[in-house]
Amino acid sequence: MALSGVEIFKLLPKTNCKKCGFPTCLAFAMKLAQGQIDLSSCPDVSEESKRVLGEASAPLIKTFNLGTGAKAAKMGGETVLFRHDKKFFNPCVFALNIKDTLSDDELTKKVDEVLNSEIDRVGQNLRIDAISLEFASNDSSRYESVVKLISQKSPEVPVILNCKDPSAADRAVKAIADKKPLLYGASEANAEAMVNIAKTNKIPLGVYAEGLTALSALTEKIKGMGVEELVIDSGARKAKDIVELNTQIRRAALKKGFKPLGYPAINFILKNDPVLEASIAAVAAVKYASIIVLSSIEKWKNLALFTLRQNVYTDPQVPMQVEQKIYKLGEPNADSPLLITTNFSLTYFIVSGEVENSKIPSYLAVMDCEGLSVLTAWAAGKFTAGKIAQFIKESGIENQVKHRVLIIPGMVAILSGALEEKLEGWKIVVGPREANALPTFLKSKTA
Amino acid sequence: MAYTIPKETYSGKVLGLEFGKGPKALKVGGENTLPFLSFEGNIPNKPVIAYEIQDILPEDWPDTVQKQYTAVSDNPVKWAQFCQNDLKAQAVALRLIGTHPDRGNRSSEDAAKTVKDVLSAIEIPLIILGSNHIEKDASVLVAAAEAASGYNCIIGKAQEGNYKTIVAAALAHNHKLIAMSELDINLAKQLNILITQMGFDKERLITDPMCSALGYGLEYTYSVMERIRLAALLQNDATMQPPIVGDVGMYVWKVKETLASGADIPQWGALEERGILWEAITATAMLTAGANLLIMRHPKAVETVNKVIEELV
Repeated sequence: MALSGVEIFKLLPKTNCKKCGFPTCLAFAMKLAQGQIDLSSCPDVSEESKRVLGEASAPLIKTFNLGTGAKAAKMGGETVLFRHDKKFFNPCVFALNIKDTLSDDELTKKVDEVLNSEIDRVGQNLRIDAISLEFASNDSSRYESVVKLISQKSPEVPVILNCKDPSAADRAVKAIADKKPLLYGASEANAEAMVNIAKTNKIPLGVYAEGLTALSALTEKIKGMGVEELVIDSGARKAKDIVELNTQIRRAALKKGFKPLGYPAINFILKNDPVLEASIAAVAAVKYASIIVLSSIEKWKNLALFTLRQNVYTDPQVPMQVEQKIYKLGEPNADSPLLITTNFSLTYFIVSGEVENSKIPSYLAVMDCEGLSVLTAWAAGKFTAGKIAQFIKESGIENQVKHRVLIIPGMVAILSGALEEKLEGWKIVVGPREANALPTFLKSKTA
Repeated sequence: MAYTIPKETYSGKVLGLEFGKGPKALKVGGENTLPFLSFEGNIPNKPVIAYEIQDILPEDWPDTVQKQYTAVSDNPVKWAQFCQNDLKAQAVALRLIGTHPDRGNRSSEDAAKTVKDVLSAIEIPLIILGSNHIEKDASVLVAAAEAASGYNCIIGKAQEGNYKTIVAAALAHNHKLIAMSELDINLAKQLNILITQMGFDKERLITDPMCSALGYGLEYTYSVMERIRLAALLQNDATMQPPIVGDVGMYVWKVKETLASGADIPQWGALEERGILWEAITATAMLTAGANLLIMRHPKAVETVNKVIEELV
């Protein structure tokens, strides 16, 4: 459990030596409690205090990577139940489940789907993060050869070995141990054998039990046997169980400091109907899953799930921003209207969407205002006549359009006079206050 | 260390609200726990999905949705009956978009007649929505409330700029009322207070904190809804206890991801499924954040979200 500033203070030397850069030990303790500084800044802290503080500052939900290298995905480490309280840190992993009973051709196709799943959205590169390989053939040499095939086709993509049979798992793990796969399938029945494989190969283990009482007993047992990097499966498959059990896991870990459930959670959502599967996956994505295993990854489905994950894991304190530039909407020509707005991603999305709805090709000048919306940016002095004029002149738009008319948001109508002075030769037109009035506005301007 | 369920104790509860009349009347809200957490509270009513229809041709809806209603969308009465009889809708939401000055500027009298005709043609509850034009709604919704007198409808949306006349009409004709503010818990709270100060029972209110589509501010709506629910349950804030509505369809079916064809943007995949899923996921996220009532457009999306609801209760 996290310690308060005063509790931390009691463990410090209380010399007020200022070597840490703070005037008093108490001030330093307060910074430590807020997680804004590291204990190593105190040169005189005792070994005993280091141990106590180290334990207390360990994350309540175990943090480690799925896979290795550039495409490894960080899991766990969450600190809140509600994103508005701080933020969610490590976006859930989406994994495609593939059965080893498929033919080599079909397998290759599936792997290609994963490799081709990358989409850029608001400057982030999003993709299906992992492959879950299910041992369905009941043939351990087949499983091993499929593991090798997949590893060869997609060497960087993290792998979950979905296999409850220790002898098959042993062969498969050995084949790709350097990729640090997650071995999923430890249960009460096979715990010892699975733990041995995980320990020998230094890989994380996926632990399954029906319900949280059995699951927490099992994780304690496995931890006692020496494997600490665990991913937990409560057996939840229905949406209700996903919401209830994932909530209980997160609450137990964060609010009660209950270590046996302080691990990333995995949800298997395997349904025949891809729209329903994605909708249930959405429940898991907003409600605390660290890994979501899917049975299909159509492009339209990926786009929706990636977007949801991006939305939920956005830092509520830091606005999403888009790049400052002149965006072309439709295929504008030298006579097309020019509008300006700020680079808050939501502002950009809504304004560009409405301009596109108008079906009138236009230029949209998006100005860097540190991600603030129009009115806020104006109030903060970031969206001023001087700065707008400079941006327009430096943007090169004067070479692209013949006219000299700039449409500004109705919210900042007040800028029009000053802007006409600063932006010589330009006429300023005040647009609507709300973006949804843009189609009517643009049609009336170009009619 | 033995596991004990970490239960939360809540001092407040969400108000229950009934709308419609007769055997098809519906009840939403009434839970005393966060969404779908049955292990620590009671959830007496399931969330409800209302099909959105409108008083004029849905020419601004994308083809994916428009074509679902081609045979009926020229007539709101036929359209409402189609939703009730063929799609087995639990409720219908009639948007009087044709009254908007830019969308035909139909008169309040015309709107009232449409409301009367639709009401006499269906048995399921009706939600009556204005065109979201502050001044026009103030007169249109008053006429609509009168035309629907005795039907226990939900009317809306009352906003800061027009709530007074709309509240008075809902009060006079015994309707439930949607109070809408823009993505801010404090504005939502303030509007609910202003409305109850006019003598309107909070038991008859529905809060609309403003919906946003997946990818277009969904996280704002999501967090405002979560915060409203936490205030209602943990702090027992009476002004935050009305059920919540998510007006999903109108925000979803205008974003690029529900409009652009797969041929234009190959990496986005098939348009039809993409649009349906966009609406289904937006709606599902609203449910997990606390929405009790959803207004949606595409039958396949509604069908999917109803399946999600069946899994959630």
